Amino acid sequence: MASDTPDIRLTGLTKVYGDVVAVADIDLEVERGEFFTMLGPSGSGKTTTLRMIAGFEDPTSGSIELAGADVGRTPPYDRAVNTVFQDYALFPHMSVGENVAYGMRVARVGKRERARRRDEALKMVRLAEYGDRKPAELSGGQRQRVALARAIVNQPEVLLLDEPLGALDLKLREQMQVELKAIQRDVGITFVYVTHDQDEALTMSDRIAVFNQGRIEQVSTPVELYERPATAFVAGFVGVSNLLERDGRRFTIRPEKVRRLEPGAPPGDLLTESGTVSDIAYAGMVTRYRVELERGGHLQMVTQNVEGAPGDPESERGEEVLVGWRPEHAVAVSGKKLTEEESE
Amino acid sequence: MRLSRRSTILLRLAVAAGLAFIYIPLGILVLYAFNSSNILEWPPPGLTFDWFPRAIEDSGARDAFFTSIKVACVATSIAIILGTLASLAVARHRFFGRETISFLVLLPIALPGIVTGVALSDTFTQVLGIDLSLFTVVVGHATFCIVVVYNNVIARMRRLAGSLEEASADLGADPWQTFAYVTLPNLQTALVAGALLAFALSFDEIIVTTFTIGAAQETLPIWIFANLFRPNALPVVNVVAVIVILLSIIPVYFAHRLTREEGGTAATRGGTIEAEATAVP
Amino acid sequence: MQVGTLLAGPVGWLVIGYLGSLAVLLIASFWEVDPLSGEVVRNLSLTNFQTLIDEPVYRTIALRTIVIAGLVTVTDVLLALPIAFYMAKVASRRGKALLVVAVLLPLWSSYLVKVYSWRTILSENGPLNWLLDPLGLHGPGFGNVAVWLVMSYLWLPYMILPIYAGLERIPNSLISASEDLGARPGHTFRRVIMPLVFPAIVAGSIFTFSLTMGDYITPRLVSNNQFIGNVVFNNITNDLPLASAFAVVPILVMIGYLLVARRLGAFEHI
Repeated sequence: MASDTPDIRLTGLTKVYGDVVAVADIDLEVERGEFFTMLGPSGSGKTTTLRMIAGFEDPTSGSIELAGADVGRTPPYDRAVNTVFQDYALFPHMSVGENVAYGMRVARVGKRERARRRDEALKMVRLAEYGDRKPAELSGGQRQRVALARAIVNQPEVLLLDEPLGALDLKLREQMQVELKAIQRDVGITFVYVTHDQDEALTMSDRIAVFNQGRIEQVSTPVELYERPATAFVAGFVGVSNLLERDGRRFTIRPEKVRRLEPGAPPGDLLTESGTVSDIAYAGMVTRYRVELERGGHLQMVTQNVEGAPGDPESERGEEVLVGWRPEHAVAVSGKKLTEEESE
Repeated sequence: MRLSRRSTILLRLAVAAGLAFIYIPLGILVLYAFNSSNILEWPPPGLTFDWFPRAIEDSGARDAFFTSIKVACVATSIAIILGTLASLAVARHRFFGRETISFLVLLPIALPGIVTGVALSDTFTQVLGIDLSLFTVVVGHATFCIVVVYNNVIARMRRLAGSLEEASADLGADPWQTFAYVTLPNLQTALVAGALLAFALSFDEIIVTTFTIGAAQETLPIWIFANLFRPNALPVVNVVAVIVILLSIIPVYFAHRLTREEGGTAATRGGTIEAEATAVP
Repeated sequence: MQVGTLLAGPVGWLVIGYLGSLAVLLIASFWEVDPLSGEVVRNLSLTNFQTLIDEPVYRTIALRTIVIAGLVTVTDVLLALPIAFYMAKVASRRGKALLVVAVLLPLWSSYLVKVYSWRTILSENGPLNWLLDPLGLHGPGFGNVAVWLVMSYLWLPYMILPIYAGLERIPNSLISASEDLGARPGHTFRRVIMPLVFPAIVAGSIFTFSLTMGDYITPRLVSNNQFIGNVVFNNITNDLPLASAFAVVPILVMIGYLLVARRLGAFEHI
C-alpha cells in the first residue's frame, strides 16, 4: 500500500434529498496523519459529507475511497473509521468502561487485551477512575472524553468528529481543543473534524475546507485561509471581512492590518483613505472601530490596547480619521458577498 | 395559572366528585362480594367471607380463569413480537406509507369491538372454514393488543437518540448486534409495560371474545356473563368480579411505574400517554 | 435492519388478517340466508341494507345508538375537563402523580364487572334508590337513561387522560403570557387553552363514540332496549349476513369520525 495514498478521497460526491441539494459535487483528499477540518455554517453540507464518509448516508452520486478502496457500498460497521458524535451517543445502560470496550467486544477482542486497551484509552483522556460510572453521572466534558476514548480505542485509520465541542462552555472548549490536538499528534490518527466555529478551525487544523451551500469554496492551511481568502464568502466566514469595491474590483483587508494615521501624515508605502468613526466597541484585549469610508463602504479596524484602554472610547464617535494599509494586505476575492447577517 | 380562591375550591370539589363517581361503583361491588345474603339486596344484611372459598372451588370459574390466562399469555406474546417489529420500522426508517402504519395499528381498537368480532367471525367461519375455538380467540386478541405494545415501544424509541444505534454501527456492530446490545436493553421496560397492558386488555375483553370463541370454551368474562342472570351463582359471580378487578389493576399499576418517565402509560385505549411535561427531572 | 423484514409480519397480519376480515364482513353483508335451510347463500344483493333502511325498528335502533353515543361523548367531555384541568395545571407534582394513578387503575379493571356493578346499583332495591327514596326521588331504573349514565361512567377515564395529556403539553408560559397581557382566567381558558386542547378532546371522543356504537352488553344489562350491538349479537348465528350488514353501520360512522378527527389533529393525542 503506497504511503502517499490519501486516507480519504472524495470524488464528485453529491447528496440530494428530494429537491434539496445538500452536497454538490465535492472533491477532497485527506492525507495520512492530518488534522483536517470541514468548516462552514449550518446547512452547508459539512455534516452530511462526514456522515457519508462514516457510512450513515448513501451518496446520490460520486465516490468515497478510504485508503484507496471504494467504500460506497460498505456499511458503517465494516468501515475502518470511527465517529465521535455531537451528542456523544454514549450507551446509557452501560458503564463508561463498557462503552469504551464496546467496539472491541463486537470485534471479539480477547478479554485481557480488551481490558488493557480500555484502561489505556481511559488514561489517555484522564478518566482512569471512572470506568464503573454510568454516563448519566458524568459532566458534559467528561462524556465528551469518553466518546473520544470509545472511538480511538479501536485504532481506526481515520477519526471523524462531528462538532464534538459544541455543547461545552467556552473555557472547557478551549481546554479540550488543546487536548484533542495533543492526542491527535500523539496517536497519529488522521482526524476529520467538523465545526462551524472558525476560531476552533484555525487553532487546531493542518488544513481547512470551507463549505458553503453544499460546495467547497477553498481548501488551505489556516494561514492561507485567513491571509489570502479566495472568495468573499471565505473572507467573511473566517475572520471579519472588510469587503471593499474599488474601480470594479472587490477585495478584502483584515481588520488588524488597518492602521490609523494622524490626519495629514504622509502615507509612506500605505494605501490610505479617509473616513468617519461610526461605532466603537471596547473588547478588553482590543478595541474595534467601524469606519465609514468617504469613497464608499465601511471597514472594521482593530487596535490592540497595548497601553490600556483608549481614554473615553465614546468620544471618538463621529471623528474624522485617516486609515491605511499595505497594498499586499489587500486581497482580491471572487464570489458572492455574505449577507448582512452572515458576516461577523 | 392563578385562580380565584372560589374557583380553586369549586375545582377541588369537582375532582372529588369525579373520583367518587369513578370509585363508588367499584366499592359497592367489593362490598357485595362480602354480602351474606345471596340476592341483590341493599344494604347488605351482613358481611361474610364465605363466598370466597366457594368461588375458588367452583370448577367452571376455575377453568374459565385458566383459559383466560392462557389466551392472554399467547395473545400478548404475539402482540409483543408484531408490535415491536412495527415500531422499530416506523421509529427508525422513513418509508412510503409510514403514517398509514400508525393508523392501521390503531384501527382494531378504534373500531367498535363488535365490528372486529363480527369481521373475524365471518372470516373464520365462512371464508376459512375453521371452527371457532381458543385459536380464533387468540388471533382476535393479538390483533387489538398490537397497538398497546406498539405505542409503548414507539414512545420509548422516540426518547432514545437515533445516534445510539449509529454509534453502535460505527463501532463495528452489525444490525443484529446493535439490536441485542443497544436497542433491546433500552426498550426493556417499555416492552414489559406494553406486555402487562396487553395482558390486562386481553384478560378483560369480552366483546370480540364472544364472537370468536367456540361453544365449548369460556374465558372468565364469558363465564361471568353467562352466570350473571343465575340467582344461585350470584355470590360467586360477585367474588369472581372482585378478583378480576384486582388482576387487572395490578399489571396496569406496574406498567405505569415502569414507564413513568414518559408520563405514564395506558392513558387511552391506545395504551400510552405522550405527555413529556410530567417527566420527572 | 431492512424495513421490509421488520414490517412483513405486522403488516401481513394487519392488512391480510384484519383488513381482510373487514372486507369479508363487507362482502358478507351483501349475502343472504336461505329461509328454509338457514344456510348462508352467497348471492350478492342489497336485501339486507334494504331491510335496515325500510324497517322502522332498525332505523330507530341506529338513531338511538348514535344519539346516545353523542350524549355520552358530550357528558364525558364536561365531566373530564375540570378533573383533567385540575390534574394538569393546579395539582402539585405529587398530587398529579397520585391522580393519574387514581384515574388510570379503574380504567382497565374489567368493563363487564363495572356494568354489572351499575346494574346492581340501579336495580329496584339497589343502593341508588336506597339513597334517593328518603329524599322523595327515584332512580332512573333500567332504560335509555341508565345506558347513557353507565356508558358515561365507563368511558370517562378514556376521556380524562388524553385531555390531561393535551393540557400538560400546553406550556405554562403561554398561560402566563396571557395573564401578563391582562386576560382573566375565564378568557385565558376560552381563548388560549381550549383551542390548544381541542384536538385532545377529539381524540378522547373517538373512543367514547366508538365504544358506545359497538356496545351490546351495557344495553342488555341495564335496559330492555336494543342498540346496534344487540341486533348484531342476536343475529350472528341465525342471520349472519344481516348481522354483518348492521355491523357495517358503525364502521361507516367511525370512518367518517376518524377522518374528521384526523383533520382536526387528534391523531397526535392517541
